Amino acid sequence: MNAIDNKWIGARTIRPDGADKVTGRATYSADTAMAGMIWGKVLRSPHPHAIIRSIDTSKAAALPGVKAVVTGKDFVHFPLDKPVALGIQDMRWMSRNVMAREKALFHGHPVAAVAATTEEIAAAACALIEVEYDVLPHAIEIDDALADGAPILHDAMTFEGKPSNIAGRMEIKLGDAAAGFGEADVIVERSFTTRPVHQGYIEPHSCLVSVAADGKATIFSSSQGQFMVRAMTALLTGIPQSSIRAVPAEIGGGFGAKTIIYLEPLATVLSRKSGRPVKMAMTREEVFRASGPTSGSKSTVKIGATKDGRIVAAQGTFYLQAGCLPGAPLRGAVGCSFAPYNIPNVLSVGFDVVSNRSKVAAYRAPGAPIGAFAVECVLDEVAEALKMDPLELRLKNAAREGTKASYGPVFPRIGFVETIEAALAHPHSQAPLGQFQGRGVASGFWYNAGGESSAQVNITEDGNIVVTTGHPDVGGSRAAIANVTAELFGIDHGRVSVLIGDTSSIGYSNLTGGSRVTFASAMVVTQSSEKVITDLRTRAAKIWKIDPEAVTWQDGEAIPAGENAGKFPALTLKDLAAKASETGGPIGAGVQLNTTGAEGGFATHVCDVEVDVDLGIVRVLRYTSFQDVGKALHPDYVEGQMQGGVAQGIGWALSEEYLYDRQGRVDNASFLDYRMPVCSDLPMLDTVMIEIPNPKHPQGVRGVGEVPLVPPLAAIANAVYNALGKRFYSLPMSPPRVLEVLEG
Amino acid sequence: MTDLVYLSPPTLDEAVRAFAAAQGAARILAGGTDLLVQMRLGTVRPGTVIDIKKIAEMTSIEETADGGWRVGAAVSGAALADHPRFGTVWPGVLEAVNLIGSKQVQGRASAGGNLCNASPAGDSVPAMVAAGAVVTVQGPNGRREIAVEAVPAGPGRTNLAPGEIVVSFTLPPRPANSGDAYLRMIPRTEMDIAVVGVGVSLTLSFGVCTAARIGLGAVAPTVLLVADAAAALVGSSLEDAAVEAAAAACRAACKPINDKRGTIVYRTKAAGVLLKRAVAIAAERARNA
Amino acid sequence: MAKIHVSTTINGEPTEFLAAPQQSVLDVLRNTLGLTGTKEGCATGDCGACSILLDGTLVCACLVLAPEIEGKQIDTIEGMATGDQLHPLQQKFLERAALQCGICTPGVLIAARALLERNPDPTESEVRFGLAGNLCRCTGYDKIVRAVLEVAADMKEAAR
Repeated sequence: MNAIDNKWIGARTIRPDGADKVTGRATYSADTAMAGMIWGKVLRSPHPHAIIRSIDTSKAAALPGVKAVVTGKDFVHFPLDKPVALGIQDMRWMSRNVMAREKALFHGHPVAAVAATTEEIAAAACALIEVEYDVLPHAIEIDDALADGAPILHDAMTFEGKPSNIAGRMEIKLGDAAAGFGEADVIVERSFTTRPVHQGYIEPHSCLVSVAADGKATIFSSSQGQFMVRAMTALLTGIPQSSIRAVPAEIGGGFGAKTIIYLEPLATVLSRKSGRPVKMAMTREEVFRASGPTSGSKSTVKIGATKDGRIVAAQGTFYLQAGCLPGAPLRGAVGCSFAPYNIPNVLSVGFDVVSNRSKVAAYRAPGAPIGAFAVECVLDEVAEALKMDPLELRLKNAAREGTKASYGPVFPRIGFVETIEAALAHPHSQAPLGQFQGRGVASGFWYNAGGESSAQVNITEDGNIVVTTGHPDVGGSRAAIANVTAELFGIDHGRVSVLIGDTSSIGYSNLTGGSRVTFASAMVVTQSSEKVITDLRTRAAKIWKIDPEAVTWQDGEAIPAGENAGKFPALTLKDLAAKASETGGPIGAGVQLNTTGAEGGFATHVCDVEVDVDLGIVRVLRYTSFQDVGKALHPDYVEGQMQGGVAQGIGWALSEEYLYDRQGRVDNASFLDYRMPVCSDLPMLDTVMIEIPNPKHPQGVRGVGEVPLVPPLAAIANAVYNALGKRFYSLPMSPPRVLEVLEG
Repeated sequence: MTDLVYLSPPTLDEAVRAFAAAQGAARILAGGTDLLVQMRLGTVRPGTVIDIKKIAEMTSIEETADGGWRVGAAVSGAALADHPRFGTVWPGVLEAVNLIGSKQVQGRASAGGNLCNASPAGDSVPAMVAAGAVVTVQGPNGRREIAVEAVPAGPGRTNLAPGEIVVSFTLPPRPANSGDAYLRMIPRTEMDIAVVGVGVSLTLSFGVCTAARIGLGAVAPTVLLVADAAAALVGSSLEDAAVEAAAAACRAACKPINDKRGTIVYRTKAAGVLLKRAVAIAAERARNA
Repeated sequence: MAKIHVSTTINGEPTEFLAAPQQSVLDVLRNTLGLTGTKEGCATGDCGACSILLDGTLVCACLVLAPEIEGKQIDTIEGMATGDQLHPLQQKFLERAALQCGICTPGVLIAARALLERNPDPTESEVRFGLAGNLCRCTGYDKIVRAVLEVAADMKEAAR
C-alpha cells in the first residue's frame, strides 16, 4: 500500500484526453473517414416475429451506386445446439442478433445490409430488398411470453421438459430459507415490476471497417473493448484474429451496452465484398429499436426478521427479460440483492425469459438495480413494521469482514458499515422536510471484477513516460492511470502520457465493464512501473559500478541507498534515458495479467423527493450517495461515476421506460419520448467517498462505476412512500401512475 | 433519387406564387424544427421547401397603432423573447412560444410553424387562442383573416386553403388589468411534448373578471377554445367556486386519447388542475398590470 | 443531383461549399467540411450534441438546412478557443472534470457560452434550464452546472 502522503494519487489532475474533448478534436468512430469510403445501411424487420422464407437482393444489388449486399448467409453459421462461449456471450445468440437467420425475432431485427456510395443510395437499396415473411404471433411482455399458448420464440428451447420461453434458471442458496422464516416475527412479502430501460449513451453505435485486398481488416469503432470487437468479428466473419486490427476510437458512453457489437461484422463483410472501406452508423431510432436495453422484470421478495431487527431469512424470485435471445443478467438480480446483509438463510432464484424485443445488453451493474429495488423496498417495510429506522435496520444486519455472502464468498475488509454510519451522521439525514416531501434510503452491492489486462510502460528517449493500456476509457480511467504512474515514478504528472492501444499494439485486455478497468489497469501499470523502476536502478548501479540493491528510486531519480553505497550525484529519469543505449537499450516493461482480488463495492443512498400531488409529478430535491470507493485515484472521476449512476437511477425510477404498440413496435424510439433526465430535472448530486482500501490491490482500488445505479430505484420509491404514505411497487413512478395510486 | 428544391423568396407574393405552383408538393419552412424532423424520418417528402425567413413581414414584431401586436409567423421564440416589450404585455404568449422545445429549438421554432404543424399539443396555440389572436393568411386568392382556433382541423391538418400561407398573428390591444398565462404538464421539466396545455387570458375590473378566454391543448384532435370555462370566470371575482366551475368546464371539454404521452383519465384531471394554476398566475399578472 | 453553392462564415473564416438542398448543416459540417467536433446524437433536435451558434443564436445544426446558412455566421466548437487560449468554459470544464465520455461536451460548451452571453450571472436554476436541451448521460450534470456557475462567478470577479 502506498504511503498516505501521496502527491498524485488522489489529486484532481486534468485528464489526459481533456483538451481534445473540449475542443472537438477527440475522435469518436463516427468522426473517422477513409479514402474511398462508402456507406452501409441495415434493412430491419418490420415484424416482431416472423419466419424468413426468402430474401431477394437482386434489385438492390442492381441499383447504381450499390457495391455490396449481405444477408445472414454471408456470416459464419452457429448451429443452435452447439454453444460457443465468448465471455458471458454465446455466439449462437450473438450471430443471430447482428443478423437474423431463420427468423426475425423483433421489430427492427437486421435482415440484410447494403453498402453504397452514399447513405441515401444505401437506404434506397434497402427498400428494394424483397423479403418474404411468414408473420407469427408475438409476445412482448413477460406475462405474454409465459402464458399458456404463448408464441415460442425458439422451437428447440425447453424448460422442465416443455417448449418454453424460459431460457434458463439460476439459483443461489444459503442455509434453509423455509426454516429461517419460521424464526421470524415479522415477514414482509411483496411483488414488483420494472420496465426495460435503455443505457442512453449519446453516441449512437458506429464503425468504419476496411478489409484490404490481402484480407486484413482494420476496424475503427467506439466500444467497451477493442479485443471484444476483434474476437466477435473474427468469430462471426471467419477472419482470423491475427488479420483483424481493432482500433478503439473514443467512446461516447456505453454503460455496458457497448460490450457487444452490432455493426462491425456487417461492415466487415460488406467491406470484404465491395473492396471498399465501409462506414456504418445507427440512427437514434435504430439505437432505441435494436440495441440492448436492460431487462424489464417481475420479482417477488420475502424477508423475515426477528423483533429485535435481525434478518433471519430472505427469498427472492426474479423474472428478467432477455429480449429475443437468451442472456438476461440474472446474476446481478439473484446474487447482488441480498449480498449487503448478513442473512443466514437465503433462497434467490432467477429466470431468463425471451420475448420479441431487442436482445438486452449489459447496463451498469446488470440486473442488480432490479433486484435491489425489490429487496430494499421490502426492507423499508420491514423496518416500518419493526418501528426501526431503516438505516439502523441495515446497520444491524450489514455484511462486514468475515460475513458469508449468500452468493458464496466470505467478505474480506469491506466498507458497507461505514457507508451506513456516514449516512446516519450526515446532515442530510436530519434535514427538515416540508409538506408532500419525503426521504428514502437504500443500499446496494456490486461484485466488481478483475480479469485480463495488459499494460506497457515506456520511458521516452527524453526521459518522460508513455503508458499504454488496452481498455477504452469511458469515465476517466486514463486520468487515474496518469496519477498512479506519476506517483510511482515520483515525477510531475505532466510528464506522463496515457494511451489506449489497438489490438495489434498492446496485449489482450478484457472489456471495460464490471467496474474493473481502474482496478485492473492500475494493477498492471503498477507492476510494469515497478519493473521499469527496478531496471532504472540497475542502470544507475551500472553507471556507478555499484550493486543495484544499493540504489534507491526516489522523487523521480536514482540515488545511492545510503552512505555505504558511495557518493554519486543523483541520476534523474532524463539522465538515465539519455544513457539508455549504453546501459542496455530502450527502457520499458509490460505486464499481462489475469487480475484477481477485485472485491465488492457497497453504497448507501439518501434521497429527498417532493410530490406535486395534483399532477403526480415526483421531483428529486436532494440526493446524497455514500460509497466505499476503496481508494479514489482521481476523486473527480469517482464522484462522476457516483453522480452519473444516480442520475440514471432517477430516470429509471421516475420517467424512463420502453413503450410498445400493439404491433410489437417500440412506440417511443426517440430522446423526445424516451425520457432521460435533463439538466433541469435534477438537483446537485452530493457524494461522500469513503475510502476503505481494498487489501488486495496495490493502491487499494475498488471498482466504483456500477454500485451507484443499484440503490436509487428503491431510495426514490421509499422517499415517495415517506412523502405520500403510499407504496409503489412498479416503475417508473410516472405522473399517471402516481395519480392512480394516490387516488386508490 | 429525387432532389429537393430549396427556395427562399424575398417577398410574400413570390412565396405564394411558388407555393401555388408546387401544387401541394411544397412545404413552408419557418424554423424547420418539425419539418426537418419529419423529412428525416421520411414521414414527409416534399419536392420543394419554401423558406419564408427572408420575408420581412414574416420575421418582424410590431406594436400596432391601437396598442395591439403583429407577430410575423416565422418569428422565432428567441427573437420574441429578445423584444423589449412584447413579453411585458403578453407574458403568457411569450412563455408558451418559448416552451416549444429546448433553447436550441427556441432559436428557430416559430408560432406560425407551431400552428401549421397542427399538433393538438403545440404549446403556443392554446396561449394564442386565449389571447384572441387573429391570423393573417395569404394565398392565391389574396389575404384573409381568421381566428387562430379556426386554423387547426385535426392532428397534422389545417383549414388553410391550398396555397395559403400563414403570414402573421395579430394580438388585440390590452385593456388595463389584463393578464395571461400558459401552463403545460410534461413529465420532465423541459424537452417534452405537452400532455396537457392550458392558456388563460383575463381582464379584471375592481377584482371582478370582465373578460376571459381559455385555450386547451393536447386533450382533443385540435386545440380548443373553451367558452364554458371562460363563462364560468366572467362576472366572478375568481373565487374558488368559479375557478372550480371553469376547471370542470375544461375537464368536460376534454376528448383526449390514450397514447404514449398520457392517458385519458390523467389528461382530463390535469386539464382542470392546470386551469386553476394558470388562472391564478394570469390573475396575479392582471392585478399588477 | 443539383447541388447548391453556399457562402457562409464559419468560426470567422469565409467558407464556401456545395450541398444538396436537403442536407443538414450538421451533415455539411461533419461530412463536407470535416468539422467533426459538432456531434450527432439524434439528428432530430432532441439531444443538443450538435449545438452551434447561427448568427449568435443557439440552434441544433441537425435542424438547419445547408442552404439556410447562406450569408450567415456559424460558430462551432472548433472556433471556441482563441489561438492557444481555451475559452474560460473549456478551461473550467477541464479543471472541474465536467466531462466524462465527452460526446455531449462540445454541444454543452456552445450552449453554456450562449447562456452566459445572454445572462452573465445566472442562478443555478437558470443554468439548468439553459442547458436543458443538452442531454448528458455520464455526469448527472452536477459538475457541468458547477463549472458554468464558477465561470460566471469568475467573470463577475474579473469585471470588478
